[in-house]
Amino acid sequence: MAESAEDRASRIPRVLRDRLVWAVALLLFLALWLPHSQGWFAALFPELDRPVYRQEPFIDLLWQHVWLVLVSSTFSVVVGIAAGVAVTRPAGRAFRPLVEAIVSMGQTFPPIAVLAVAVPVVGFGELPALIALALYGLLPVVQSTIAGLESVPKPVNESAQAMGMTPAQVLWGVQMPLALPLWVAGIRTSVIINIGTAAIASTVGAKTLGSPIIVGLSGFNTAYVIQGALLVGLLAVTTDMAFERLARWVAWQR
Amino acid sequence: MIEFQNTSKSYDGIKAVDGLSLTIARGEFVVLIGPSGSGKTTALQLINRLLDHDSGRILFEGKEIYSFNVRDLRRRMGYAIQSVGLFPHWTVERNIATVPQLLGWERSRIDQRVTELLTLFAMDPAIFRTRYPHQLSGGQQQRVGVARALAADPAVLLMDEPFGALDPVTRAALQLEMKRVHEGSGKTIVLVTHDIDEALLLASKVVVLDRGRVVQVGSPLELLSKPANDFVADFIGRADRGIKLLSLRAVEPYVSSAPAAPDAPSIAITATVREAVSCMAAAGVAVLGVRNSDGRVVGSVQAADLVLPARHG
Amino acid sequence: MRDGNDVGFNPVLALINVLGLGAAMALPLLRVAPNRLVSGDPVYLAELLQTSLGDLFPGGWVVFMVAAMAAAIFGSTRRWVHWGVVGIAAAWMATLVWLAGYHASAIALTESPLARTALGAGFWTLIALSWLLCLDAVDRLQIGFLSRMVLLASVVVPMAIVVGRGYGDELSIMKEYANRSDVFASAVLRHLQIVATAIVPTVLVGLPLAWAAYRHARVRSLLFPFLNLVQTIPSIALFGLFMAPLAWMAASYPVLGRAGIRGVGLAPAVLALFLYSLLPVVRSAVAGLQQVPGAVKTAARGMGMGAVTIFWRVEVPLALPVLLLGLRAAVVQTIGLAAVTALVGAGGLGSLMFEGLFSGANELVLLGVVPIVVLAVLADGVFKALSAVLKGPAA
Repeated sequence: MAESAEDRASRIPRVLRDRLVWAVALLLFLALWLPHSQGWFAALFPELDRPVYRQEPFIDLLWQHVWLVLVSSTFSVVVGIAAGVAVTRPAGRAFRPLVEAIVSMGQTFPPIAVLAVAVPVVGFGELPALIALALYGLLPVVQSTIAGLESVPKPVNESAQAMGMTPAQVLWGVQMPLALPLWVAGIRTSVIINIGTAAIASTVGAKTLGSPIIVGLSGFNTAYVIQGALLVGLLAVTTDMAFERLARWVAWQR
Repeated sequence: MIEFQNTSKSYDGIKAVDGLSLTIARGEFVVLIGPSGSGKTTALQLINRLLDHDSGRILFEGKEIYSFNVRDLRRRMGYAIQSVGLFPHWTVERNIATVPQLLGWERSRIDQRVTELLTLFAMDPAIFRTRYPHQLSGGQQQRVGVARALAADPAVLLMDEPFGALDPVTRAALQLEMKRVHEGSGKTIVLVTHDIDEALLLASKVVVLDRGRVVQVGSPLELLSKPANDFVADFIGRADRGIKLLSLRAVEPYVSSAPAAPDAPSIAITATVREAVSCMAAAGVAVLGVRNSDGRVVGSVQAADLVLPARHG
Repeated sequence: MRDGNDVGFNPVLALINVLGLGAAMALPLLRVAPNRLVSGDPVYLAELLQTSLGDLFPGGWVVFMVAAMAAAIFGSTRRWVHWGVVGIAAAWMATLVWLAGYHASAIALTESPLARTALGAGFWTLIALSWLLCLDAVDRLQIGFLSRMVLLASVVVPMAIVVGRGYGDELSIMKEYANRSDVFASAVLRHLQIVATAIVPTVLVGLPLAWAAYRHARVRSLLFPFLNLVQTIPSIALFGLFMAPLAWMAASYPVLGRAGIRGVGLAPAVLALFLYSLLPVVRSAVAGLQQVPGAVKTAARGMGMGAVTIFWRVEVPLALPVLLLGLRAAVVQTIGLAAVTALVGAGGLGSLMFEGLFSGANELVLLGVVPIVVLAVLADGVFKALSAVLKGPAA
């Protein structure tokens, strides 16, 4: 008897059918193969004598970029969630209007401005990038932490209190699990913005996937630009897919 | 068991509860009733310290409630509200198990209690244990809410308009279940409502509140036969006060052994006089047969007798 | 435990003042350097107060302000206290600028013409903290939205007057501005041109697209994933990815090159910015149309209105507030992203910023960044005011 399409499909292991796995694989493949793609790019851009970016291996740039975003986002998430929780507690309530005002005002500032302003303060290199990414990444996280906690229905809060849970038990057992979907959404926004800002961080001396792009732009080398853009674009899309997966996993409403 | 001594509570300069003095004895089913803004919900929330009273005292088992650890106090009282507030991310089982877990009961005892409570509210434990709140109907959610409030077998059950959001059929069913629970367990129940019929059905003691003060305290019969003032009389409903009184009387004292017509409709001997009168009016007859618990007709009642005070008993 | 009553103690105000005190003592208000190459020696607020016009004037002023702040911290139940805080914060900001400018002028007279007096971290921190003081006080005043905007705008006025009268002219940032004033003006105009050239097509294309997406689920299911994908890609990558195809197009069709569509410059920038601003605009337009209550439309139909009339008279006005939110987000985002377009040769304020970054000229960086931030905040404010006006007396 002939196999149906579904039978054939289900014979392929789940992991190979996963779009996210393919995306990550493509990203790593590109990062490793691009240095060897001389022939390709030479054919596409015959006028360039250096069609492939060689100053650093792409896999190193990829790792640098990921590291920058990872470290700054960890700070943003930890401090941001702590701040969001703190201003929704009775003790911190006085500070909430101000924190909300700072957060919404801060988001009208373009991320590039925060990056540029960090340089006169701490100089060039990775430090201004880390600081700018960490500070700017705080804003969506704080906003979504507060929104998430506010989204817990009042009767649920009231019941939890009335049953004799301590404030810590209410926070950890009831409020946080229910707020988590919004928190993840905020972290996702923060990380995606940071990936973009980290690409521009090469203008302040950090070596990231933006470096080939910036070098290519100033040197009129379109091949460099495409290589960098492909990699950083793919990194962003892959990360977004991963967060989409996380968001679905976290949604408590089955 | 719970005593308010000249208790007051203000918000924004308005006294929600104004010099309230009230005693709630063990085993009573006390219903706080009054119009909006009468302070009934506030008074309820003062008992488990969701709100803190500004002056006066509130005693629980003889001690001022401020001398208890607030968490321990709340774990000894069940609390059920109109919007239920079930934890959406937990199963029915986990919801009901909340306070027992806080108190550190063993797993097996908790499981047993969950089964017991679900059965009590006519919800098949096998089916409902693992359901989530969003998979339940409104009536089922409220049942689980009350079950959760009863889970740790508290001495006191506080309820704030628990049946207000339900359709009339479910509401009636749940009211009867509450009555059964009270009679079976002997718990002290304090229920807030604005529905006078609910109060008359459930309460052993009705407390009428107006603008934070007690207007009248008494059994449903006392309230209906001797309302303290016009406010109470209006609140109860002047026009059908008599009909409401009829619902407090049973048919049994009026049954005579004279047989009814063979084709006459019949009612159970445990019915209220109000049900009998309603049946007569619906059928357009003046005599009803009366059935006992086996279904056998054992006598009859006459319309003319029912409106008079009972002859025997 | 009693419920918290308004006791008058304002912890926010107390914290801001403590931070301000710390900043004034620990962070330099100015940095004075003999030339561009050296980073300057720090000058602290205390010194400035001593060396400026007589000990009494600034000293007395500071004592008065400290006392006023203390009163404000503990007397926060009264409305006039909040007005006072706003006034003091505005005056304080102007004083800071004046003090900085005065010192810079003094340096310019006594030192070599190459000497630079730059605004230090302390200055910016104190300005930011003063602004936060205003925000907190205005919030406690509980006035209407438009009044709030007017009040906050007027706080900047004393500072603007000090700058406008030329008191700050010897500060390095103002000298940089003087050097570059022609380039500056054209950079601002160019920046606005980039933003406008991106936003106008967004509105012209985005609104019909949104209407189509609102009516047809298929359009929605194709459009939104694409727009979401675009938003995820970093801006610099998108600018870069457009360069090659546009360059190729300009090479194959010289007429395009003459029209200004090239691989570098406005073309890739505006194309990418257009795509980026589509998502907020389309998403908010669709959401706005979707949230029009069905009952209202049914009532309108019942009154005999035709479909077109219903759209323009009922759906559009009710969808407008939500659309404004999306438009606001799009404009603010575009103002920021337009700064990055300088890297693909589009010019604008970003070019000043990057020039400053690459040549280590901090003043130039600020000259680029500050107007961008001001433009973004202004645009945000204008749209918020529009939304408030649209809401009417309910605002």
